Parts: sequence; structure tokens; C-alpha cells
Amino acid sequence: MLEDKDRIFQNLYNDFGADLTSAKKRGDWKDTKEICGKGREWIINEIKTSELRGRGGAGFPTGLKWSFAPKEVGSRPHYLVINADESEPGTCKDRDILRFEPHKLIEGCLIASYAVNAHKCYIYIRGEYFNEGQKLQTAIDEAYKDGLLGKNSAGTDWELDIYIHYGAGAYICGEETALLESIEGKKGQPRLKPPFPALIGLYGCPTIINNVETISVVPTILRRGGKWFSSLGRPKNTGSKIYCISGNVNNPCNVEEEMGIPLKELIEKHAGGVIGGWDNLKAVIPGGSSMPLLPKETCETIKMDFDACVENKTGLGTAGIVVINKDQDIIKCMARIARFYKHESCGQCTPCREGSGWMWRMLERMAKGEATRDEVDMLLDVTKQIEGHTICAFGEGSSWPVQGLIRNFKDEIIERNKFDPIVKKQKDIPYLVDQHLLEKENA
Amino acid sequence: MAIKKISKVQPEKFEFNKKNKETADSIIKNYPSGKQQSAVMALLYLAQKQNDNWIPLSAMKYIAKYLDMPYIKVYEVATFYSMYNLTPVGKYFFQVCTTTPCMLRGAYNLVDVCKRKISEEENRLSEDGKTSWLEVECLGACVNAPMLQLNEDYYEDLDPTKLEQIIDKISNDEVPQPGSYRGRLSSEPENTRKTLIGNKNA
Repeated sequence: MLEDKDRIFQNLYNDFGADLTSAKKRGDWKDTKEICGKGREWIINEIKTSELRGRGGAGFPTGLKWSFAPKEVGSRPHYLVINADESEPGTCKDRDILRFEPHKLIEGCLIASYAVNAHKCYIYIRGEYFNEGQKLQTAIDEAYKDGLLGKNSAGTDWELDIYIHYGAGAYICGEETALLESIEGKKGQPRLKPPFPALIGLYGCPTIINNVETISVVPTILRRGGKWFSSLGRPKNTGSKIYCISGNVNNPCNVEEEMGIPLKELIEKHAGGVIGGWDNLKAVIPGGSSMPLLPKETCETIKMDFDACVENKTGLGTAGIVVINKDQDIIKCMARIARFYKHESCGQCTPCREGSGWMWRMLERMAKGEATRDEVDMLLDVTKQIEGHTICAFGEGSSWPVQGLIRNFKDEIIERNKFDPIVKKQKDIPYLVDQHLLEKENA
Repeated sequence: MAIKKISKVQPEKFEFNKKNKETADSIIKNYPSGKQQSAVMALLYLAQKQNDNWIPLSAMKYIAKYLDMPYIKVYEVATFYSMYNLTPVGKYFFQVCTTTPCMLRGAYNLVDVCKRKISEEENRLSEDGKTSWLEVECLGACVNAPMLQLNEDYYEDLDPTKLEQIIDKISNDEVPQPGSYRGRLSSEPENTRKTLIGNKNA
């Protein structure tokens, strides 16, 4: 277990207050000038040494991302954009950073802007987080007043302005290019990549986009050294991470822990165990709703970091752990997730727009036991046709949880859906994808 | 994509009041010159606030002129994002999160309370005309589930009885205290905190 002194977010539970004075007492804004004085190369190298991977879900190395920004500012200005559009079901870590540790984020913005040559930073907050946004705005105002932002930010001779841009309830705007479209005042529909935003991003200018948590840990890493950060966890999966544990546990909570902590320890120790005891565990979604679920056997042993999750055919994602116990109907739970994706698909690519609705309708019927036996394979086929055939990763995000369900609980689905329409018409089904099979002449 | 209905009854005219005009102008200044279109989302939100929590078509036309952009582009944005209400909603607008993490902790019991105490259907005004409710997707407070959003505030760690009390207060025009309804101040684990012990109650 991580020692308390190694926890980056000391105010995760708001013991001290989020204002500038108490933030400074916790060590924020200390030596910011000296850190920037060491130069861009040093900052980027130190982040590379720390092996920090993006905390927004994809786990892309942050140092590498920053090094993609053009070294010299050409005719186009550079931008830094912070992604605070946290909408992944099961995830609520950025909310706590915004309301309790805003100065870590603002200081991180200053250092990151300096490292990527940006004078303007936009923080995209989801519209529902109105109060959290107001708290961040208060912190930004405090920072301006104290000379930490503006013309000569914190004495670094670097000019930086931070603006908040509110979203309006679109999950897809958490995708980086959709987020840029949204800031430009358009519908949030993702762009094709390449060109990558690091070269052509916001208003066609080089733009670096990072998650709130990624940026907020940067100042601490630079103060304590990249080596310190990489000594936590294991190689390629270093540092600490805020885990959100929700669902059927006794004490749902957010907790900052070392990368690679066993899932069982997180649930048993920090979240007070599964409701009804560990044996009552059915499945766990380890990284926000987009990641395939894990059956109980895997939960016993799995360690929570990027690579270990991939080895177990899932992903760490945003580390939003949703615990599902045996009192719940697992098919219904996944049908609800499918409904989420159906609702949030932006409608740009056909496989995702249509497929997400198909998956939802099939799963709803499967939950009621109204589907036919072959439809399980048909559902899997639909997920395969969405995955990899869309502009952004939403296609994968919507089909992976369904694939995870079929991979681990296929027997349970078949058990409930024994109905075989070709042999005998047993029930009145209002709508079927393969309606024609019911008519013998067409079969 | 959410299906959005445009209200059949539309006011003739819409204009920002003086205060909102100032706010709008200062928001436009946040973006580079010539990129005033970026402010469209914020301006739509302002219009919604000013017009009893919904956006009429005349407001979209007004904003289009205000930002010097085609009306259809504003219309596109207003219909794309789910937080813009294009039909009148209650003065007190309950949005109940029912996505899986909330559902696991009984969000549908809250929906039942809303059906019983506010209106049978989503988006229909209650009998006194002050309240309406809607099922929404993840609001990002999964650790404090089940929860709902009332206008701009989050009400967390609810159960049906507590929601009934909230609705009763609302019908008397009292706005109850937002936040957790189990006495939590943040997303810390109740009673079993194992981390940052030294900070506790600092």
C-alpha cells in the first residue's frame, strides 16, 4: 500500500480546503519558477523518465505526447487543452480534483503550457459540473490576483491565460477531436486522424490535449523527480492513480493508490468489501463502462495497471471500478450500458449509430429471455462489425463491454434465451432483427 | 443521439437582458478574434437560464445574429447537446441518473418516486406546473450513487424516502440543501478511511 506521504492528492477528501493559501501550505506553487527555469527539454525529459501515462483512458505516454508539439512557434499559436469532460460511467475522479485540488491543475497547466509553448489554455468541463467549474474559476481568479497567471505567471516570464469552456452533456466530447470541435462551437463529432491535434488541432493550430489527472500530477513529479514517480508501480505502469470504486460495495469511494495494486485489495480494504461478502461477487468492470468486465476468478488475482489489464483481455481505462454482485442481473446491467452508448453515439459513422441501437435492443430482449438462441452469435457479430469501423474509439468502447459479457457469461444468456423460432413459434415477439426467419416460406 | 422535440408554442422575440449581454461579451473575449462562434455553447446556456430553463427558436436566431454565424449552425449545436432544453421544463428540473453504477444502487427506485410524486411521464410538468423530471445518462458522481441533479446542484447518496422529502420541500418552494444525504462531505469511504489518516478533520 502506498504511504500517505507519497500520495499526490493530499486534499482528495477536502480536509484542508481548496483555497490558494491552504494549497500553498500543501506545497503547491512551490518553486514553480525554478522548475520552468530548467527549460523545456528538462521538463519533457523528466516526464519521460517518470513514465507517466495519460490518465484519461488510453494510457498514452505524456512526455512523448508533449514532444510532438513543434519545437518552435511558427505562424500559428500553440494551445493547451485540458479534458475535464468526465462522463465515463463509473468514473468521478476529475470532479474531486476540480473541486478540491484546483491549484494542482492550474500549476500543471502553467508548466505544461510552458513545455509545449502555449500561451492559452482551455479547460473543457462537462456542463453538468457547473458547481465544480465555479470552484475552479474561483481558484483561477485567486491565481490571477496572486500573479500566478497572466503576463508574468509566477515569475516565470511566461504569459498564460486559462479559460473554462463548459460542455453541454455530450459524452462524445471527451474524445479529443470531438472536444476540439465543441470548443470551436460546432457539434461534437470526432475528426479523422491524422492529422493529429499536436500539429493541426484547435482552430487548425498545434494543440496538446491532456486529462485533468495527468496534468495535476505533473508539478509533484517535477518537484520530487521523475525517478521517484517511476519507483512506484512497475516499469511502464508507474506512479499512483485515483481509483473510483462504485457499485455493490459497502463503502463506495475514491482512493489514490499505487499502480498495480491488486483489485481484491482495493475492494476489500478501501471499499469495505462486496455487499454480501466476496463470494457474492459476480463481475467487475475495471475501467469505466467501456472496458470488458472481469469474472470473479480473474478478480481474485488481477493487478490494476495498464498492461496487466490488457493481459486479462480488458483495460484499465479511467480506473472507474464498478462492482456487480450476484443480486444483480448481469445482462440487464450490460443492457443499460448499451443504452448509454446508444444515447451517446454522435451519429457520424453508420456502424456505431445503428449498431449501438441494435446491441441495446438485442440485450434488452436477452435480459427478458425473449431472444433466440442464435442471436447471441449474431450480437457478437454486430459488435465485431462496429469495432474498428468507426472514426473514433467510441465504436470499441460500445462493443467491448458487450463482447466481455458474451465471453464470460454466454452460458447464462443461452440458459435464459432457449427459444428457437425456426422449430416452433413460442411467443409473440414484437420486433426481431431476423423477422424473416419466422416465416417458413422465406427461411 | 438523443431525440429532441422542438416546442410547438414559441415566443415571438428573444433578446438578452443587460446583464447577460455583458456576460456574453466577456465570454466572446475568451476566444481569439474571428472565432466568436466558439461562444455559441455558453450563449445558448445563458439564453436557457434567462428564458425559464428552455431555449426558444427565436433565441437561436438571436444568437446566430449575435455571433455572426448561420442560424442552422446554432440549431445544430442546440439539438446535438442534451443539456439544452428545447421545450419548456419545470422551474425545478430533476434529472435522475440511471446509468449502471447508479442503477446498481437503486436509481430506478428514485425514478418510481418521481413517477409517483411529480408526473407519470418524463418531461411532463407536475400538477402545480413547477416541477418536471427526466432520466439522464451518467452525471459523473458514481461513488455517491444514486444521485440526481436538481437544476445545477447535485443531490447524492439518496434513497426513496429522502427523495420524497426533497420533492415535498420543493413543492413548498423551499430549495433543500444540495450534496450528500448520508452526511458525506466528499467521496471518502464512510467510516473506514484507510488513507490520509493524518489529515483527518484537519
